[in-house]
Amino acid sequence: MYIPMNEMLKHFKQDVPTMANITHKSEQWSPYHDNSGTVLAVGIPGAVIVAGDTRLSNGYNIMSRDATKLSQLTDKCVLATAGQYADFIALRKFLQQRLQLYEFQNEVQASTETVAHLLSRELYSRRFFPYYTFNLLAGLDENNHGFVYGYDAIGSYDKMTYGVQGSGQELVVAVLDNQLKGYNKINKTIPQTREEILDIILDCFSCAAERDIHTGDNVEILIITSAGTERLIKPLRKD
Amino acid sequence: MLKHLYDTDCVTWSPQGKLFQVEYAMEAVKQGSICLGLKSNENVVLCSLKRQPSELAGYQEKQFKIDDHMAIAIAGLTADARVLCKYMRTECLEYKYTYESHHPVGRLVYKVAEKSQHKTQSGAKRPYGVGLLVAGIDPNGVHLFETCPSGNYYEYKCQAIGSRSQAARTYFESWFHLFEKSTLEQLILHGLSAIKKAIMEDEELNEKNVEVGILGKNQKFTHLNAQELRDYIAKLDAFNPNSQIQQE
Repeated sequence: MYIPMNEMLKHFKQDVPTMANITHKSEQWSPYHDNSGTVLAVGIPGAVIVAGDTRLSNGYNIMSRDATKLSQLTDKCVLATAGQYADFIALRKFLQQRLQLYEFQNEVQASTETVAHLLSRELYSRRFFPYYTFNLLAGLDENNHGFVYGYDAIGSYDKMTYGVQGSGQELVVAVLDNQLKGYNKINKTIPQTREEILDIILDCFSCAAERDIHTGDNVEILIITSAGTERLIKPLRKD
Repeated sequence: MLKHLYDTDCVTWSPQGKLFQVEYAMEAVKQGSICLGLKSNENVVLCSLKRQPSELAGYQEKQFKIDDHMAIAIAGLTADARVLCKYMRTECLEYKYTYESHHPVGRLVYKVAEKSQHKTQSGAKRPYGVGLLVAGIDPNGVHLFETCPSGNYYEYKCQAIGSRSQAARTYFESWFHLFEKSTLEQLILHGLSAIKKAIMEDEELNEKNVEVGILGKNQKFTHLNAQELRDYIAKLDAFNPNSQIQQE
């Protein structure tokens, strides 16, 4: 009986993958890229300190050692964003424009609470194609007390005294819990002064840069007080 | 001239080639209180006289910021001015969003002029009853423009519009050759001197009825506050433009 070759081969098909029958499903294009990095913010009476590293990554590559993750929106508040850089830029542009319109209409700059709510609504407006951004909004409230609002990608937010976002989040937040709140500490000394807290923040970034490949190069720090904004840049590991 | 035969609406020409409705709109500008602008190589200054409807009321603001690099002073119907101000602000915001830079001044004035002209060519609309002095700074330089209800616009070295503005323009004609190289302080004093020529005999300049706005190449638009206004007004009597010539 004559059986055609392809019919024959069907009976001899291997289950075990060999070089002959491996097929790769090609990776579907994704609109999202994680440019990583770490941001954190701490609020104290009279000031708020926001910090972010300046490394922009794409996978295992570094795109820039000098890219800011911080954006001052009003005299009193700063947006710090980890995640996709393009979405950060788009979000920042929207907020800057919307807040200038607010200032024209209301003859006064928006309060930090107002900006916080505006950001939440903007993020939720993109519920079904989210901004790939993990935000912290740090600012002074009406009593000049520093607070941090932390967000997820679709706008859920909460008022906190300190927050961390980004690739080094897990590494850093535990350190801040211990240092700023005294969790799991035997001698519960809470830092009170700005200088102590700055030291802790710089240490946190050094730690994150040691273990997280996406964090490093420089850390940019903004200190917001009612007197104005101060900016510092400190170097971090470049590897 | 039997004006009333040809002045019912914008779509009727007079035999002399005039659109009376547009001319009447320009009258509304001449009825508004005076505002003037003057520029040097580095700065533009806007000065205006604010009117107080009654003793119980506040003073009507006449200068509005459009963007960091641009501001307007208005004469005429304030409500119409609000509409144009909102339009200009929106255009500047959109331009900044798209191009990450400041809206070129001449281009925005052109857009306002187009909008104004549109209102002069319809049976169902009326022209805007307000004239604007647009002060702005862009990479092309320092600018001062005037817009009219007719839809025309002109660029000036210095200009005054509103009631009794001719007195201020006469002052400008004598001294405008000094403005280009003037310092900011000299420019403000020239502006206030010009306004002083245009006030009534029994009126007096003070920090409540005068508004001064300044723009510079490295300076965003700001108003002078009450104390600064008092200081400048106090310097007016001693101000002698002749001494500026001797400096050069």
